[in-house]
Amino acid sequence: MNFAYYPGCSAKGSSKDYEMSTQAVCKALDMHLVDIEDWNCCGSTPAHAVDISLSAALCARNLDIAARQKAEILLTPCPSCLSNLKMAAKRMEKPEFRQRVNELLDEPAAATFPPVTSVMQGIAQQFDMQALAARVKKPLKGLKLAAYYGCLMSRPAEVMQFEDPENPMLMENMLSACGAEMVDFPLKTACCGASFGIPERPMTAINSGRILDLAANLGVDAIVVACPLCQMNLDLRQKQAAKAKETTYNIPVLYFTQLLGLAFDLPKKELGLNKLIVSADSLLRKLVEEREDATKTTEGGRQ
Amino acid sequence: MNDAVNLSRMRDPAFTEEVEARSGQNVSTCYQCGNCTAGCPAGFVYDLQVNQIMRGVQLGLKDQVLNSRSIWMCLSCSTCSLRCPNNIEVAGVMETLRHMARQEGRVTVPKVEKFWWSFLDTVRTFGRTYEIGTMVLYMLRSLRVTTDVDLAPGALAKGKLGFQPHTLPNGAEAISRIFTRYKERAQREGVQP
Ligand code: SF4
Ligand code: SF4
Repeated sequence: MNFAYYPGCSAKGSSKDYEMSTQAVCKALDMHLVDIEDWNCCGSTPAHAVDISLSAALCARNLDIAARQKAEILLTPCPSCLSNLKMAAKRMEKPEFRQRVNELLDEPAAATFPPVTSVMQGIAQQFDMQALAARVKKPLKGLKLAAYYGCLMSRPAEVMQFEDPENPMLMENMLSACGAEMVDFPLKTACCGASFGIPERPMTAINSGRILDLAANLGVDAIVVACPLCQMNLDLRQKQAAKAKETTYNIPVLYFTQLLGLAFDLPKKELGLNKLIVSADSLLRKLVEEREDATKTTEGGRQ
Repeated sequence: MNDAVNLSRMRDPAFTEEVEARSGQNVSTCYQCGNCTAGCPAGFVYDLQVNQIMRGVQLGLKDQVLNSRSIWMCLSCSTCSLRCPNNIEVAGVMETLRHMARQEGRVTVPKVEKFWWSFLDTVRTFGRTYEIGTMVLYMLRSLRVTTDVDLAPGALAKGKLGFQPHTLPNGAEAISRIFTRYKERAQREGVQP
């Protein structure tokens, strides 16, 4: 089945690995992602921080393209893009606001837009957890993981409509279906410090540091994320966060799609695991050891 | 500056009304429970805590509120909105205040605004953003040439820094027209774009 797809700018840069693994996993699930033509940046936080009609105009151009392509639904991997696209569509329900946005566009936007949702929810709509489990070829047994959603996936609640906004469970359910052990992670929807890593590093370092601290204390093998910015703050900036806390961390931070890909036994090079700053090798070794143990036990059983 | 808001200053009821109208929020229902502040991940860098901002809006303390650092340091994480027992979209109020301050040319934390425009300039030029472009523009604007140089080797080795601007068939021009219209309209309306 085909799905209209909005990759978002970071897909070609800082979150190449998210993009690769999203494509690989969706392909394995026969979900064919088709980029909407000529898409543009949603404006991210800076656009709405400056002006909401500017932000909405940048989003509306994409929504309009999807509408004219007669897309039934638009999927995007990035929670920040998702939030902007959804906010724009919601605000444009108001005629006065729509008018302000249309003033900025070449042509007035389509009257209605297709609904937009995350790749994660898109997968869950097509596959319930049993169906997902049926696709697993190499269970993630032996891995202890923390699901971290960040702030944008589930908030503002009435716009994002993503489960309990303070305690979503979808990622845990998906990864449990793949055989992983999911820890209870109370900071799962706390903010990582967002895009302040550049202008105000301490803010991001301290917020990300809290999340890394908790994960370290819980002894997880990895933090699992669904947001390019969270991933960058926790992985690329892990050393900055550690320095601010005068400690060291060594916690791999993987996209949920990379773990689904491992469970589906997709080729590792399609999952972009080599792009992680904190290496996932320890986790991969653990998976192999676990499997060897499992084989030994079954072989032992047969003797 | 975490002590109580100074009430002897000028109060401006029109300010309260404007914030309510622009944010669509009924700020008068805030009863200062402090839930917003308790959950705010940016509070440790705020000069006025978010509940104090709300009180300032109720009281019409325009200068204190619009000149605060807090409205620039807000992460837009919406934790406050989610936890407000009176269902006030507190994050939306913060955003409205930021817009109002900018439009009046009040920018208490210029580096944050410089970062936004560095990002938006790459979008205006190329239709999409890319990491190196944003960083270079930000370094030029802020004169902080060492910003994140410690990250560059790792990110480079992993091919994680977008060097090449994206190329779009028609999008780049369409987006730059959106920015031009936006700036022209702001000028017509006499506000800072
Ligand atoms: S949570 Fe709501 S009612 Fe409580 S102080 Fe904040 S804005 Fe006021
Ligand atoms: S949206 Fe802003 S004010 Fe509200 S909790 Fe988040 S950082 Fe604090």
